[in-house]
Amino acid sequence: MLITKELVEYVAELSRIKLDEQSAEKMEKELGAIVEYMEVLNKLDTDGVEPLSHVFNITNVMREDEVKESYDRADILKNAPERTDETFVVPKTVE
Amino acid sequence: MDILNMTALEIGSAIKEGKITSVEATKAVLEAAKSVDEAINAYITICSAEALAKAAEADKKIAAGELKGPLAGVPIAIKDNICTKGVKTTCASKILGDFAPVYNATVVEKLEAEGAVVVGKLNMDEFAMGSTSETSYYGATKNPWDTNKVPGGSSGGAAAAVAAKEAICSLGSDTGGSIRQPAAYCGVTGFKPTYGTVSRFGLIAYASSLDQIGPVAKDVADCAAIMDVIKGKDSYDGTSLDVEYPEYLKSLNGDVKGLKIGLPTECFKTDGLDPEVSEKVKAVADTLKAMGAEVEEVSLPFLDYVIPAYYIIAAAEASSNLSRFDGVKYGFRAADYDGLVDLYNATRSEGFGNEVKKRILLGTFVLSSGYYDAYYRKALKVKAVIKQKFDEIFSKFDCIICPVAPSTAPLIGKSLADPLKMYLSDIFTVSVNIAGLPGLSVPCGFDKSGMPIGAQIIGATLSDAKVLNIGYAYQQSTEFHKSFPEVK
Repeated sequence: MLITKELVEYVAELSRIKLDEQSAEKMEKELGAIVEYMEVLNKLDTDGVEPLSHVFNITNVMREDEVKESYDRADILKNAPERTDETFVVPKTVE
Repeated sequence: MDILNMTALEIGSAIKEGKITSVEATKAVLEAAKSVDEAINAYITICSAEALAKAAEADKKIAAGELKGPLAGVPIAIKDNICTKGVKTTCASKILGDFAPVYNATVVEKLEAEGAVVVGKLNMDEFAMGSTSETSYYGATKNPWDTNKVPGGSSGGAAAAVAAKEAICSLGSDTGGSIRQPAAYCGVTGFKPTYGTVSRFGLIAYASSLDQIGPVAKDVADCAAIMDVIKGKDSYDGTSLDVEYPEYLKSLNGDVKGLKIGLPTECFKTDGLDPEVSEKVKAVADTLKAMGAEVEEVSLPFLDYVIPAYYIIAAAEASSNLSRFDGVKYGFRAADYDGLVDLYNATRSEGFGNEVKKRILLGTFVLSSGYYDAYYRKALKVKAVIKQKFDEIFSKFDCIICPVAPSTAPLIGKSLADPLKMYLSDIFTVSVNIAGLPGLSVPCGFDKSGMPIGAQIIGATLSDAKVLNIGYAYQQSTEFHKSFPEVK
């Protein structure tokens, strides 16, 4: 099996998600089934095929750097779970 | 006038003719939602006061001749992953808490500029990840045809509200079938436009290269009228297309003479395809043939690969898009944590539901070092193959017609018990998103238990007007889209 308990723990850590033992087991089983099913892709020969990210040929969009009105800071901060009048508040990150 | 039985265009005309007002139409919808939604749970938020104020404003502007569009004064409901200024927008997730955006999505701006009235925000699968609308933090939406069954997903609220006549029309979003499949399960009409036709600015992203906003309504003409309002290049969405857009509503003429329609052989041989669904969808082609179209079989040799390619690409993009939900800038924050990293961990673990966590983990896995080439890069190559094959098909055919889903709506609880099987039920819809094509779901009959069946009309990129016209032609000679359930 490609999807092991350790791999689930590893990607959970990368994803900043904590799983208790029971949900980690369930995840291992369900992800295992999906990833196993995905093996079918190996039956399709894609040698020499260029990967396609976007259906249309899109390029970077450039515009002039202009000063424009933005959203009101107080309005934006209203949605933050913890805030001062000027900033988002997070736990101390640098000792 | 029986407002709830009218289409959006009929209501728009009646308002302009002075037969009804926008306030009356809006009140009718709000009252219907009040009486029916306890059984259906299609709405997360109903904006009665705001809607009535906007409707009164629309009435004034219509009387003054300032608003002339076909949807002026018409009530519309919006899926809850589309931002509405000052109105709670939840993505049906705990993690967004009481988030109230400081701006409107471009589609909402455009609808309001035309005088359409937003009546509320519609239930969905959490972050649009699901095929049943059961994973909502706000409870499952029910199918109005049988409340023991799911309405489909993820735009289950958008389809169920229209079917239950507690919305005249709505906006949904479609990443792998999320407009078309619930429209089919609920017996209404749903349209997923060509990728880039409608701005995604203000649509909370699931998988950005696949997501597209589109209409759900009582018929194709209403969908076309909504498309006319929401289409177009938007400087806030770099992937929106700067092309000459047709007038969708005006281009509906019901003429399908000489059009070439493909029936994909592999679709009708799919394991688990309900024979009743197969038969009713083939009958759509027969109807169009009788109207002068030519019908031929066509091969979709890549059908076995669409589900894995879709889930790899969608999960990869989701894992990246959903990294912004960290308990700092908006929404929910866990109560107990020890330091910054644990704040992220605790908030995301408590704030996301299981299906969302699963797709974030899957996406992180396919993008992680050592697996990237085998999964993500491979999926993008498969995407290239699928796109190329569709290009070949549409050089010979005007559209293809296939089922939307292999069966009618399943019982609540049944799909989530077998997640892989639920993913497989997206087999007929996801390739449309992978290739960026327009896809229309139209009601085409009922199974023996009385549940609606939907047929899908798929066309080449930017052939949206043609796809809508084929659906329109079909609805000119059939009555399935005029059937509505008695909600008990």
